[in-house]
Amino acid sequence: MNLLAVWAIYRYEMARWFRTLFQSVVSPVVSTSLYFVVFGAAIGSRITEVEGVSYGAFLVPGVIMLNLLTQSVTNAAFGIYFPKFVGTIYEILSAPISYFEIVLGYVGAAATKATILGLIILATASLFVDLHIAHPFAMAAFLLLTAITFSLLGFIIGIWADSFEKLQIVPLLVITPLVFLGGSFYSISMLPEFWQKVTLFNPVLYLISGFRWSFYEISDVSVTVSLAMIGLFLVICMSAVWWIFRTGYRLKS
Amino acid sequence: MAPLISIDRLTKTYDGGFQALKGVSMTIEKGEIIALLGPNGAGKTTMISIICGIARATSGTVTVDGDDTVKDYRKTRARIGLVPQELTTDQFETVHATVTYSRGLFGKRPKPEYIEWVLKELSLWEKRDEKVGTLSGGMKRRLLIAKALSHEPDILFLDEPSAGVDVSLRKDMWNTVRKLRESGVTIILTTHYIEEAEEMADRIAVIRNGEIIVVEDKAELMRKLGQKDITLTLAKPIDAIPESVSDYNLTLSEDGRQLTYSFMTTSERTGITRLLTTLADEGIRFSDVDTRKSSLEDIFVSLVEENA
Repeated sequence: MNLLAVWAIYRYEMARWFRTLFQSVVSPVVSTSLYFVVFGAAIGSRITEVEGVSYGAFLVPGVIMLNLLTQSVTNAAFGIYFPKFVGTIYEILSAPISYFEIVLGYVGAAATKATILGLIILATASLFVDLHIAHPFAMAAFLLLTAITFSLLGFIIGIWADSFEKLQIVPLLVITPLVFLGGSFYSISMLPEFWQKVTLFNPVLYLISGFRWSFYEISDVSVTVSLAMIGLFLVICMSAVWWIFRTGYRLKS
Repeated sequence: MAPLISIDRLTKTYDGGFQALKGVSMTIEKGEIIALLGPNGAGKTTMISIICGIARATSGTVTVDGDDTVKDYRKTRARIGLVPQELTTDQFETVHATVTYSRGLFGKRPKPEYIEWVLKELSLWEKRDEKVGTLSGGMKRRLLIAKALSHEPDILFLDEPSAGVDVSLRKDMWNTVRKLRESGVTIILTTHYIEEAEEMADRIAVIRNGEIIVVEDKAELMRKLGQKDITLTLAKPIDAIPESVSDYNLTLSEDGRQLTYSFMTTSERTGITRLLTTLADEGIRFSDVDTRKSSLEDIFVSLVEENA
């Protein structure tokens, strides 16, 4: 195992993040605050409680998930797309490192950034609402597993993308709508029965539901199903990455 | 002594069906500088890419000190440094950080004094805290060399290293290359500047259309394929080459003032004496004599055209 190489990639990626720390951290924090102001204060005055939890507090896990998913995907996608785009990928391909180590470096860094950001947003949220976390360990586990899984997805997107447009398309047109429609801002029990059924096909619902359970012990679907779904995504993403490296897809001719 | 790198029947067919390498076999000896010469699209970069792990071979094998570059890639790649043809750099990183990163990527522990030596050697030390994006083309080229040397490789591939580097920097760079060779590094370079290959290389491999046409010791190649021209400037112009010397390979200039005799340097008997005496007997007088030995470039052009 070439741990020094994994560390080199990880550090390089983290350094890139710190260089743009202001925009990486401040903009999600500002937009999160806006969610609490707009949704929490404006709509919250009409919807006071969801399943016994104040609407502001109910929003927290959904808002964290929204940021966690988009940040994991965009960070990891950009991380591997950039060396492909500028050509510095030659160095990674010619280095004595295994595919697993490459993924560990890039995905590890992306997941770390997303997790740190998730925690910052959690801290920001605590300024606006009274938070209590029923199962802190489960919360941390959901946070980490989701960050890892979606960083893997981002890595796949970064390999697949051959233009900046494609790089943006999945986070913008797939991830964000899925998060918004996956119960970030409402409980699916508030929907008509037909749309409740449709929402069950949205994978993000399971992530948000499980994550929310770790806070307030309320959920749209059972926690076991949530965990199983995250596990399933993780396996799917890992298989895709394994296939990419086995075939050299978009990396090696 | 066993060769350092053995390339055995290497072929590469790209997805589009283009066959870049058609069964290339050659060996590279430890400590030598070998130049790969060939026109654009001959397969030089493809061959380097396969050895370094950037591209996959369709068939054939490459070994470094007996280790297979695919199966034992960790061992072989750790020994190889690659300077790519394109100026591919991360514009936003500093010079020092990007070279340090390269060393880590190759699994080597930090060694600041070595990085300092490399950067000084390539006249980049003053620029160590600058962003890569602010460097000139020549500096970026040297930065790529610094990155390739960061993990102390004993094999160095230089793919068109002189492209975009001005004359004085090029001289410095070649001095560095010579120093590296003296310290035992084996160097494989591709270049369009044939005079550089002529000056630097111990051996020359000419590659064309994915095939090696010739691999030869440089001096030997130039001796074997070299040609010499003797140009006689005549005191008075003549209309035609005299019948008495028609068995010589002679050409007469259009104005009839210059007679050129071309012969292979390997010929045992050049017949120069007889040629000059015969011409003198014909009453032809000379006002000047000029000789010219063919350069590697001439040899290269004739080899490539011959095999076209």
